[in-house]
Amino acid sequence: MSAFWSAWVSVIALAVILGCTWLLFATRKSEKHKETTEETLGHAFDGIEEYDNPLPKWWFQMFLVTVVFGLGYLVLYPGLGNFQGLLGWSSHGQWEEEMKHAEEQYRPVFEKYASLSIEQLQGEEAGLKMGQRMFANNCSVCHGSAGTGAYGFPNLTDNDWLYGGNPDAIKASIANGRNGAMPAWGAVLGEDGVRDVTSYVLSLSDREGVDAEAAERGKSQFQALCAACHTPEGTGMQALGAPNLTDDTWLYGGSFEQVAHTIRNGRAGVMPAHSNLLSDDKIHLIAAYVYSLSNQ
Amino acid sequence: MIKHETIEKNIGLMILLIIIVISGGGLAEIVPLFFQSSTTKPIDGLRTYTALELEGRDVYIKEGCHVCHTQMIRPFRAETERYGHYSTANEHVWEHPFLWGSKRTGPDLARVGGRYSDDWQRAHLYNPRDVVPESKMPSYPWLFENKLTGADTQAKMETLRKLGVPYTDEQIAGAREEVAGKYEIDALVAYLQSLGKLHTVYTNKR
Repeated sequence: MSAFWSAWVSVIALAVILGCTWLLFATRKSEKHKETTEETLGHAFDGIEEYDNPLPKWWFQMFLVTVVFGLGYLVLYPGLGNFQGLLGWSSHGQWEEEMKHAEEQYRPVFEKYASLSIEQLQGEEAGLKMGQRMFANNCSVCHGSAGTGAYGFPNLTDNDWLYGGNPDAIKASIANGRNGAMPAWGAVLGEDGVRDVTSYVLSLSDREGVDAEAAERGKSQFQALCAACHTPEGTGMQALGAPNLTDDTWLYGGSFEQVAHTIRNGRAGVMPAHSNLLSDDKIHLIAAYVYSLSNQ
Repeated sequence: MIKHETIEKNIGLMILLIIIVISGGGLAEIVPLFFQSSTTKPIDGLRTYTALELEGRDVYIKEGCHVCHTQMIRPFRAETERYGHYSTANEHVWEHPFLWGSKRTGPDLARVGGRYSDDWQRAHLYNPRDVVPESKMPSYPWLFENKLTGADTQAKMETLRKLGVPYTDEQIAGAREEVAGKYEIDALVAYLQSLGKLHTVYTNKR
C-alpha cells in the first residue's frame, strides 16, 4: 500500500473513532439534567411523551469500552494502513503457521507409510483407515463411498480391472488418470451392423436369447474392427483399458440396447489425473486402500 | 454547538450527518481497494473465459448455483486441504460480477476444474443422486434440452471488454460460432472445468 493510501486509511479510521467519542462527550455535556427526573421534552404524540433524561450510565460506559477496544485492536492487529500491529498477525501468516504445525504432526506418519509397499500396507489398519478417509473425500463422488462404482464409473471392489489391479497399475491410474477411447462405430457399421456386432458381443458371455444368425454375421466385423483392442476372444486388454466382454461386468450396462449404444456412439470415460491434486504420499495410501477393496 | 433538538427536527441535516458517520467505514475499507495493485492487477498468466465458458458462467448465474456454492477458499488449513490454494483477489479482477457467494450448502467450487470428468459433471447435473446417493442438490435436466443460439455472446464480450476484460477482436468475432447449437450443459461443464484453471500460479495440490 502506498504511503498516501496508508495515511488515508489511518486518518479516516482514527477520525471516525475520535469523532464518535467527541460526539458522545459533546452530547453528554449539553444534557439539561445530570440525573434522572420526571421532566419531559415537552412534546407529545398521541399522548406519548419523552423524558428529558441523560444517557444511561451503563450505555455511556459500554460506548467507552467499545472505543477502548477499537483502539486496542488497532494497536495489536493490522488496521491502520501499513502498520502491521504489535502482534504481527496476518491471515496468510496464520494459515502458514497452521500448515507448518500440521506438517510437523503428520509428516512422520506419512513418511512411515510411504516407506512401506502397497502389499505391506495391507497389514496396517491405521494406514488403510487414512486411505479410506481420503478416498471418501476425493474418490467417492464417482466410485461411491463403498467403492462399488456407478453407471459409467468402475466398481473397485469386484477385482475386475480395466487397467490392471496390481499396486503399480492402481497407483498409475490415480496419479496419471486414464482416458477411455472406445471409438464410435455407428457410421462405419450402419444400424444393421451395430445390431449384428451387439449380438455377437452378447454371445461372448453366453447370454440367452441372442440371435445366433445375427451374432454369426457380427463375428467377422468384430474380428475386423474390435479384436485389435478387445482381442479376438473378446477378453480385453488392460494395457489399453479395453474391457473383457466375456464376463458379466458392464460399465455402461449390459442390455442389448445399452451395448448397441456403446458400439454406435463410442465411450470416452475419463479418470482425472490426481498427481496435480494430491501429494504422492496421499496417493500411495489411497492406492493401498483401493487395493485392499478386492484383495482382502 | 448544534443542539440535539436542531438535528432531530431537520431531517435533511440528520441525513447528511448520518451519511458522514457511516461513510467512514467504506472510505477506509473499500475505496483504497480500487487503487491497490493486489486487487486491480490480474494474476500472472490469467486467461479470459472462452465464449463457451462465458455462456456457461451465465448458466451458472441463471440457475443460481452461487446461492449454494461459493468460489472463495479461505486461508484456513481445513479449507486448503479440501479445495486447494486459498483464493486471492487478483484471480478475480476480470469477474463481472464476481461469484464468491456467501453460503455453502454445497462445496466450494473455486478450483473444481479438472477434479471430475466431464461425464461425471453431466451425470451429476442431470440427477445428482445417480452418482452421489445422499446428495440434496436439485436436478437440472433441462440443461440437456436448452440450446444456445450465441445471439448475445458477442455483445456480452464487448461489454466485458469495456469493463477491462482483454477480449481480442478474434475471440469476439468467433464467439457466436463457438457457442451456437451447443446445449446449456456443454457450456456449464466447460465453465466448471475452467474454474481454478485460468492460470497456473498456484498448484492445487493438497
